[in-house]
Amino acid sequence: MTELTDLTLADARDALRQKKISSAELTMAYLAAIEKARPLNAFLLETPDHAQAMARACDERIARGEAGLLEGIPLGIKDLFCTEGVRTTAASHILENFVPPYESTITANLWRDGAVMLGKLNLDEFAMGSSNETSYFGPVISPWRRAGSTAPLTPGGSSGGSAAAVAARLCLGATATDTGGSIRQPAAFTGTVGIKPTYGRCSRWGVVAFASSLDQAGPITRTVRDAAIMLRSMAGYDPKDSTSVNLPVPDYEEVLGQSVKGMRIGIPKEYRLDAMPEEIGRLWDQGIEWMRAAGAEPVEISLPHTRHALPAYYIVAPAEASSNLARYDGVRFGLRVPGKDIAGMYEETRAEGFGKEVRRRILIGTYVLSAGYYDAYYVRAQKIRTLIKQDFDQAFDQKIDAILTPATPSAAFGLGEKGAKDPIEMYLNDIFTVTVNMAGLPGIAVPAGVSSEGLPLGLQLIGRPFDEQTLFALAAVIESSAPPVSLPSAWWA
Amino acid sequence: MSVDAVTVRKIAHLARIKVNDADVPHLQQELNAILTFVEQLSAVDIEGVEPLTSVMPMPMAKREDVVTDGGIPDAIVANAPVSEDRFFVVPKVVE
Amino acid sequence: MNTHVKPSKLIKGATGDWEVIIGLEVHAQVTSRSKLFSGASTLFGAEPNTNVSLVDAAMPGMLPVINAECVAQAVRTGLGLQAQINLRSVFDRKNYFYPDLPQGYQISQYKSPIVGEGTVIVDVSPTEQIEVGIERLHLEQDAGKSLHDQSATDSFVDLNRSGVALMEIVSKPDMRSADEARAYVSKLRTILRYLGTCDGNMEQGSLRADVNVSVRRPGEPFGTRCEIKNVNSIRFIGQAIETEARRQIAILEDGGSIDQETRLFDPGKGETRSMRSKEEAHDYRYFPDPDLLPLEFDQAYVDELASALPELPDAKKSRFMKDYGLPAYDAGVLVADKETADYYEAAVNYGGTKRDPKLVANWVTGDVAAYANSVGLAVAQTHLTPAQIATLVDLISEQTISGKIAKDVLAILISEEKEGDPRAIVEARGLKQVTDTGAIEAAVDAIISANPDKVAQAQAKPTMLGWFVGQVMKQTGGKANPQAVNELLKAKLGI
Ligand SMILES: [Mg+2]
Ligand SMILES: [Zn+2]
Repeated sequence: MTELTDLTLADARDALRQKKISSAELTMAYLAAIEKARPLNAFLLETPDHAQAMARACDERIARGEAGLLEGIPLGIKDLFCTEGVRTTAASHILENFVPPYESTITANLWRDGAVMLGKLNLDEFAMGSSNETSYFGPVISPWRRAGSTAPLTPGGSSGGSAAAVAARLCLGATATDTGGSIRQPAAFTGTVGIKPTYGRCSRWGVVAFASSLDQAGPITRTVRDAAIMLRSMAGYDPKDSTSVNLPVPDYEEVLGQSVKGMRIGIPKEYRLDAMPEEIGRLWDQGIEWMRAAGAEPVEISLPHTRHALPAYYIVAPAEASSNLARYDGVRFGLRVPGKDIAGMYEETRAEGFGKEVRRRILIGTYVLSAGYYDAYYVRAQKIRTLIKQDFDQAFDQKIDAILTPATPSAAFGLGEKGAKDPIEMYLNDIFTVTVNMAGLPGIAVPAGVSSEGLPLGLQLIGRPFDEQTLFALAAVIESSAPPVSLPSAWWA
Repeated sequence: MSVDAVTVRKIAHLARIKVNDADVPHLQQELNAILTFVEQLSAVDIEGVEPLTSVMPMPMAKREDVVTDGGIPDAIVANAPVSEDRFFVVPKVVE
Repeated sequence: MNTHVKPSKLIKGATGDWEVIIGLEVHAQVTSRSKLFSGASTLFGAEPNTNVSLVDAAMPGMLPVINAECVAQAVRTGLGLQAQINLRSVFDRKNYFYPDLPQGYQISQYKSPIVGEGTVIVDVSPTEQIEVGIERLHLEQDAGKSLHDQSATDSFVDLNRSGVALMEIVSKPDMRSADEARAYVSKLRTILRYLGTCDGNMEQGSLRADVNVSVRRPGEPFGTRCEIKNVNSIRFIGQAIETEARRQIAILEDGGSIDQETRLFDPGKGETRSMRSKEEAHDYRYFPDPDLLPLEFDQAYVDELASALPELPDAKKSRFMKDYGLPAYDAGVLVADKETADYYEAAVNYGGTKRDPKLVANWVTGDVAAYANSVGLAVAQTHLTPAQIATLVDLISEQTISGKIAKDVLAILISEEKEGDPRAIVEARGLKQVTDTGAIEAAVDAIISANPDKVAQAQAKPTMLGWFVGQVMKQTGGKANPQAVNELLKAKLGI
């Protein structure tokens, strides 16, 4: 028998239901793997006692024939999701000792369905970053290495802990969030599957906010099926979130393996960047071929405002963040650093409590909202957002079922390699993913091949609003067409 | 548009983030790099375009006017750096 | 409105007349059970941080969800102010740091408020009405409360009020005197109470006003204004305006200029002073709250609320004048308080029979109101019932008692027989008016024969008649019908 931790989420679910394995033993296997993988720094908090108690309860429910959708499945939780009685930090010094007296809707949904929490996963501070290097608790080390090299690589960000933990087989799946690409980019960097559902599909209640109009939670898993299973549990209407959409959640698993014959796949010409590495272009072409082979019809489309998405994002996201992060003031929770008076206390607390990147984004956000600049920056960016959304609307009006693009402009890079001098260099990571957040659309990243250095590369599919099903169906085609991902062996253990 | 050192300090104060003198020059440079990057947007024709207000347009659901929450003062102040008699305590505010 | 200001409103300075220009921003707490964006209670006076939800404390990841009733209350108020109701409005964030502002921003409405322009008709005096324009009304969150006197070094923060719904009602700069401003706030409060959208309780802070004051020479453009923050009684609003106007006039007459600033009124010292803490330039960085969607409803929703609106003071006043034949002054006094108006109508119509409306109005606004005032209650809050007043008026109209005896009966109702029936009191105490001419005649004869000198005087100077009336009334214990006494005396004295 293979290692328990090598099972997919779907296989583990079936084995649990058939009582071939118990949640207790599966959970123990993962807890052991997590302990050995501490050098990866993927977990900010391990909750073994919690996990074992949950697993025992799962086994009892399974024995009673009351198994939920995720009964007994051990998961990792990005430390942006508030968990009742369990420290939640957003990877920030300012929340280093914060213990929420409440549970986020998404994690509550997972526990409702029987999932087991293994612990809280590392991320970029307040989800601001593309390499996990902004975490106050240090970067996550990717389980992947370049062929013949031991140089530490980034698993991507901000959901780097989630992606690394899934790829390193430290959990069967992990929650993640995506504001500009923070699910899809780390998934692509680690050979895992990550879906950012349509804005409004997953509740934001209890998830530490970065940029409210862009933030959306989703799963990172090892297979497309696993993502379909996990999203079904996470998604759903939440009356506590005014932007949550009241639509039934389909059984996404049902569409897997269904024919995609006759589907029209948009290939946006603006995504073919001059500076794009050749292997990324080749991967994309390969994906187009797989689509054609499956009976789908690739169609060239134009999304003319694509190149404005990233700069507009770097106005909208920091603006919202500057306001969302105003609550971290040392009064009701979190770090407090004394000052000469109340204003001094605020300034000291926020200077020490926030890391460099977070401070930088708050300052940019404050600037673009300030008197005299609001129209020139924020209003203009929101108008451009309208144009970006119209681009997609027009594409979908041409009977396009989904859009295929690369997920990232490159494979994973080394820690410390990017953005040290120029923040823009790091921001460019989100070039293919950020338009999707700006328009609120669903997007999925699927492993599709390897780079010349042996690192995973992913393709992205973008769907119509609330049509995650089509994305899963097409993602399954890519998954079955692409060479199987062989996850890195446990060099860290 | 680009920011000068005075503006950097002004923004930092608005954002209530202390900035040391030594940090001003590189912050100024980083902010200007980002502002230069977003500068390209000024060339986009936005004539007659409405700014996006909600990503997924839909009616806003409203709550019924019933008391469903509160009565948890201990939980409210549990994470407070300083509290006394279920009040949050802050350095004296002068009005 | 008010383009030609009356000379009586001008303030005399050392160098000539000044006109004072006043606009008000009134913050009215919306009457609702729960807060604007959370399910915590709005009840006043709870233990610290008890009426606080995780949303009100701005815990990480908490989100606002709007209270339908607060929206309805704002629309009702807009309708009551004869204002434009906006079918689409937007909630914005007003960003600033303050310990009683947990989110670091207040959710308010900046560019697109729920209610637009409207009008309030204000009675400044029985003979003077002005129209005050409403600029807008918007919904916003209240802040928490900081207590500064618990400790020498610390402030204590209680978030019970944090997130309670407020309506900010902004007037146009249409007022020209402290009297006008006071009358405007009174009228506004009356309207809100009629609508049931704000209890108007200024002691508990349910109604607070920011007062904008500037002065100018008549006919000149507006001067620079100062905003006096958070004035919490109608009396103080008047004092603050007068004090501030004089301060500005003194500066201008000295050749100085007014700085636009926020000031605080100190009723103890009778002065306004600059709020230094608010002096630093504000930059609120308003932008639409991305946690909320635009607030939209259709005309049918507005129409439904409009159809269920109660009768408002202006309409009630007209009806009182038309249906009860009351003079404008009486009608105005009665409708100023809805409960008083209801009390009045209950008395007029008590027992299904209508009685002299003017007489009832005189009693309600006269003796009853005086008594209520003396015990610090509103008319309707006293133990005196409309039925008692109605019966009292009936007894007078039937000529069972005189007006004077009626006052005695009222005194008995107030102090001795609180639940007494005036008719039974009159019966039991033998207060019935004597209408028997024989008995009155006997008294008249006795007085005339005992005072021959006075008779001669009276015949020369008929105003002496009053003396005789008084004597007869005295003799009959006040129960003689005054009209009958008059007639008999006139006949017997030959005047
Ligand atoms: Mg105001
Ligand atoms: Zn206000």
